Amino acid sequence: MDDQIHVRIGCDDDLVAARAEARTLATALGFSRTDATLIATAVSEIARNIVVHVGEGEIRMEALCNDTRYGLRVVATDNGPGIRNTSTALEDGYASRGGLGLGLPGARRLMDEFEIETEVDRGTTVRMTKWRQRDELERLRDRDRRAS
Amino acid sequence: MTDRVAILRQRDYLIATIQGDLSDEEILALRDELAERVGRYRARAIIVDVTALDVIDSFVARSLRALALTARLRGARTVVVGIQPDVAIAMVQFRLDLEPLVSALDLDEALRILDVGPRRALDG
Repeated sequence: MDDQIHVRIGCDDDLVAARAEARTLATALGFSRTDATLIATAVSEIARNIVVHVGEGEIRMEALCNDTRYGLRVVATDNGPGIRNTSTALEDGYASRGGLGLGLPGARRLMDEFEIETEVDRGTTVRMTKWRQRDELERLRDRDRRAS
Repeated sequence: MTDRVAILRQRDYLIATIQGDLSDEEILALRDELAERVGRYRARAIIVDVTALDVIDSFVARSLRALALTARLRGARTVVVGIQPDVAIAMVQFRLDLEPLVSALDLDEALRILDVGPRRALDG
């Protein structure tokens, strides 16, 4: 699978598109409706972070696949001012601009993996992934495909 | 006002049905519109139907809460109905706190609460 989706984030209308794309890809990858909702919510949150704090950036979503599981990776990048103190930004209740400080810690709780790379005055990249175990049938099908 | 929200009046209730994903701006416009209509129609309560929302993130949650608090200052109570099961799960995992927002399963339940429910059911 080589699905990759780019969504340019520049205004709050783009969040609607980002949420929809995240859900579509999650569903295509066989994630449950609940997991698709968790992913779409996390994407919405980091996309809003870009709009509110930086103004513009990009979200890339891609499918991952290995022997035992499928994954959906979301990478959000911007060229903004960066986050001065990431550990504070990930604390509940921290808000640099009038929010309730729920965005990043909330998104982290919705995904399986979450990391932030940031450089002051250069920009920020948030990488987060949600995994889904492949079931037996999917593994067998895959094996058959490779054998034939 | 966006055409993605239908606002109906029934007796002295306003029923706002969200019909699709809303942008941040549209949600804030809904709050403003409802605060204004509470006065225009002398509404005692607002029911916001979010069945069509498949994502409620921190901004949407905060906006719904603000909508309810704004309406309360205008003398109307607010009940949110139709939060989908997976959306509820995501909100809990996110640890979104909607206090003091009141929610009900569906429209019927909201009407029942508003019609016969004692005030304390809403004021918690």
